[in-house]
Amino acid sequence: MKNDTTVERKSEREVVITRTFNAPAHLVFEAWTKPELMRRWWVPKSSGLALLSCEMDVRIGGTYRFVFRHPSAPEGMAFFGKYVEVSPHSRLVWTNDESGDDGQLSTLTLEDRGDTTRIVLLEVYPSGAAYEAAKGSYDGMPESFDQLDELLAG
Amino acid sequence: MRSRSSWSNRNAPGLCRHRSKPLAPGSAVRYILNQMVQHSKAAQLDAAFAALSDATRRGVLEQLGRADASITDLAKRFDMTLTGMKKHVGVLEHAGLVATAKVGRVRTCTLGQRRLDEVTAWIDRYRQLWSARFDELDHVIEELKQKQKERAPR
Repeated sequence: MKNDTTVERKSEREVVITRTFNAPAHLVFEAWTKPELMRRWWVPKSSGLALLSCEMDVRIGGTYRFVFRHPSAPEGMAFFGKYVEVSPHSRLVWTNDESGDDGQLSTLTLEDRGDTTRIVLLEVYPSGAAYEAAKGSYDGMPESFDQLDELLAG
Repeated sequence: MRSRSSWSNRNAPGLCRHRSKPLAPGSAVRYILNQMVQHSKAAQLDAAFAALSDATRRGVLEQLGRADASITDLAKRFDMTLTGMKKHVGVLEHAGLVATAKVGRVRTCTLGQRRLDEVTAWIDRYRQLWSARFDELDHVIEELKQKQKERAPR
């Protein structure tokens, strides 16, 4: 059975994502820090996207860069940033620089509970305005987000 | 560059280096979310979502995501008659996904600004993204667990 993912807006510039994994923290940490593992889950299959490259230099000051592509966007798009803090099995902090100075700071905390691990991913935007901008103009989607749930689940 | 091997650390380091301007905040994430919507089944959708089920209309949305365009421009780009494009734009406009405005003799199309409960919408879609990622991460972690067991049987 799949564990629930929760996403909650904590303040005008903070979003918190939580999830439990059925494995000890060192394995979860490994999956977040090795490119050959990261590339297998970071771009979900349901997105129809192809990950072209996944470079990660996981150490303080090291950078990462993910480039992905969809048939309709052959030029590709990149996510990139820098690791600010790397504490094996418990904490990982990185920047999101593809948006210039408006990108969020992501802090991943892993709480080892023996056979399971609770992760908390906190994303802090530099300002409420940056968060609003990140939501973008494409949010003007129609009613029935319940149906969107079904759509994405299908 | 489509092959799986091209993602690795050594390959494709120069991808997307041409992108010197920062993206709008969150646009890479938004791109994935958009693809998730567009890539999924559209069968159960209401009128608004049904508008996304057509490849040309999705193309029109993507196009308008990059820049506003007149119906004439769009018809040319998608190699179709003005009447045909007008119909597609009409469906999108009806669904609130596109807005049009007539300036002089030219009708310009822009992405729709239909707003619902934006916070809910964004959070919900963001949750879908992370949920899809984490469900795949489960598989990766499960494999790591198995490997670990094999290394240290007991």
